[in-house]
Amino acid sequence: MVVQALKDQGVDTVFGYPGGAVLPIYDEIFQQNGIRHYLVRHEQAAVHAAEGYARSTGKPGVVLVTSGPGATNAVTGLTDALMDSIPIVVLTGQVPTFMIGSDAFQEADTVGITRPCTKHNWLVKDTDKLSGVLHEAFHVATTGRPGPVLVDIPKDVQFATGTYTEKAKAKVSHYQPQVKGDMETITQLVEALETAERPVFYTGGGVINSGPAASQLLRELVEATGFPITSTLMGLGCYPASGKNWLGMLGMHGLYEANLAMHGCDLMINVGARFDDRITGRLDAFSPKSKKAHIDIDPSSINKVIRVDMPIIGDVGHVLEDILKVWKARGRKVNKEGLQKWWHQIEQWRAVDCLKYKPSEKSIRPQYAIDRLEQLTKGYDRYITTEVGQHQMWAAQYLGFEDPNRWMTSGGLGTMGYGTPASIGVQVAHPDALVINVAGEASWLMNMQEMSTAVQYRLPVKQFIMNNERLGMVRQWQELLHGERYSHSWSEALPDFVKLAEAFGCKGILCKDPDDLDDAIMEMLAYDGPVIFDCLVEKHENCFPMIPSGEPHNKMLLGEAKTKDAIGSKGAVMV
Amino acid sequence: MSPLNIKKGSTKHSAYNLRSNFSDVQETHTLAVLVANEPGVLARVIGLFSGRGYNIDSLTVAEVDHEGHTSRITIVTTGTPQVIEQIKAQLGRIVPVHEVHDLTVEGASVERELALIKVEGTGDKRVEALRLADIFRAQVVDSTLHSFVFQITGTPEKVDAFVDLMRPLGLVEVARTGVAALSRGA
Repeated sequence: MVVQALKDQGVDTVFGYPGGAVLPIYDEIFQQNGIRHYLVRHEQAAVHAAEGYARSTGKPGVVLVTSGPGATNAVTGLTDALMDSIPIVVLTGQVPTFMIGSDAFQEADTVGITRPCTKHNWLVKDTDKLSGVLHEAFHVATTGRPGPVLVDIPKDVQFATGTYTEKAKAKVSHYQPQVKGDMETITQLVEALETAERPVFYTGGGVINSGPAASQLLRELVEATGFPITSTLMGLGCYPASGKNWLGMLGMHGLYEANLAMHGCDLMINVGARFDDRITGRLDAFSPKSKKAHIDIDPSSINKVIRVDMPIIGDVGHVLEDILKVWKARGRKVNKEGLQKWWHQIEQWRAVDCLKYKPSEKSIRPQYAIDRLEQLTKGYDRYITTEVGQHQMWAAQYLGFEDPNRWMTSGGLGTMGYGTPASIGVQVAHPDALVINVAGEASWLMNMQEMSTAVQYRLPVKQFIMNNERLGMVRQWQELLHGERYSHSWSEALPDFVKLAEAFGCKGILCKDPDDLDDAIMEMLAYDGPVIFDCLVEKHENCFPMIPSGEPHNKMLLGEAKTKDAIGSKGAVMV
Repeated sequence: MSPLNIKKGSTKHSAYNLRSNFSDVQETHTLAVLVANEPGVLARVIGLFSGRGYNIDSLTVAEVDHEGHTSRITIVTTGTPQVIEQIKAQLGRIVPVHEVHDLTVEGASVERELALIKVEGTGDKRVEALRLADIFRAQVVDSTLHSFVFQITGTPEKVDAFVDLMRPLGLVEVARTGVAALSRGA
């Protein structure tokens, strides 16, 4: 019945790990062909792989794990998906109904444990209700603000036969969030668009979650109005990085021009972002002179941290469509004179060139590594996943994303160990694409067992590890905030990644000389199979620009790039 | 000085001590939450309050529509206006929550609470307790030669006042239901 419901929902891929309490479902999977099951090596990785799959396709990711430890291992993935609004359906086995509460072998209160880390969850005790709950689970996961859901199915319910309800005949769900925005507020926003002197679009993951049409509408609106646009970490790709109005990412490690535009604007249009603390910095000094509009499908995001003047609750795609319609009907007006001055100001900020760095002749600077990766993979059908830390920020700064759904990273929860399984999920969804996990060596070690999955299913994921033998971001904060006392932020016993690759049955590449980097990257790209690329980088590099926590946007640190002699002749041509 | 422009280790700011300039006046609101009567729904509501650090002053819950599987949760909560708005929005996000009403702002409403109060005493004190109970229209629902159990209904303030009066007269135990509330009119 479970397999039938999954097929009804259009599912063809499941990430999972079997165990005692899900054996009946695995038995069904064995006896059919429509659903491909990918055996991971750890349940956390199953959820991250499903996240990668979901985020790169827009379809919900499906996970199947057993009771007890299977379910508890999935908790990190669930929390990650909840924070980043990724639609995931997790099916967990449970001990038989008559044993629930008896501390049975591999029993855990799964719905209790996962209640705060799912959008909703169900324990199904009645086989007749199972199919209805499964359809509802997909509905809840994908409707409104997407998120992870979990269905806990006791083993006796799996064994029993019951009435199957088809998707089309399932009860209409009570859960129907509002998708159309309020027209009065939309008109108010359009009026503001017409007169704003210093507007800025501040976009986020909501644009991507709303689907490709929303990105298209956003592009149309940005091009038509000529307003500058910045995006959060989660929203990269909704507006092309090569677009002329693109300011780059904003936030703690965002670009100078993006953050100063946010600080100095008179109209901020938040499209599907949530004023996260990595974005706002000090709240009482956040964009003090602007009127703020906020488009979000989740009413609880409105006025949560920042009071806004024009709240619009609805789906980004629908609201953008209405904005465009009203704006066009009113004669496509913008404040040309104001905009010209605003762009002039932005150009001055841009001229600071905050991502400038000086490539070293002796060692590989991480910025250089990412930069070369960008240059050499530009033409590819490319998907990027990351782990969490400095490398993640460098990737966000130096890689350019032209389309949505191409960038998979753990934003809200900041889960180290996300990237490797996510890259596997992406590669499963896009077998012919180039999938690179930009990683740090510490994060990468957290879920490296998944290389075994990659090898088993011949998934040619490229693990691009920027190895500084440090927990780089931790080290950076210790340097800035804790008097350079580097408490436990370096690794004294790292594996030999090339030998590790051989042990897994994939290819290992070591690169430590900047002169060899291009060839090594080309070698990685040319290899038809999974690669572990150990890129030894400068060990004490800090990630800039940076808004120190507790500071507003205009108090950015630009770092070494600003200091004298920072730019050698080679660097000047680079960025 | 490093090129970072700030002295190393000089700032104690953490990213998390950021509070915006919302009003900090504390308000008490009564919320009526209509929910699907399914397992775990109360845990979701309570988990929301504890997980996000909101206050619960009082909470009552019971099924109100058996056919429609609907329960009504009445929550009295205290917080700044922004926190109250967040509580309502967060409650509204819970999938089995059908409606959230803020009775404090949605026009006039009636609030009632029931309490059982055990008072022990003899002689004058016993007579005085009975006399006060009469004034407060509390009923005697159990009596021995040395004690009464009073039942009182009314606003939480009225119940508070009665309990305070009983204290010197031999108050032993109080059981309160918490507030149930409905908006006035049709």
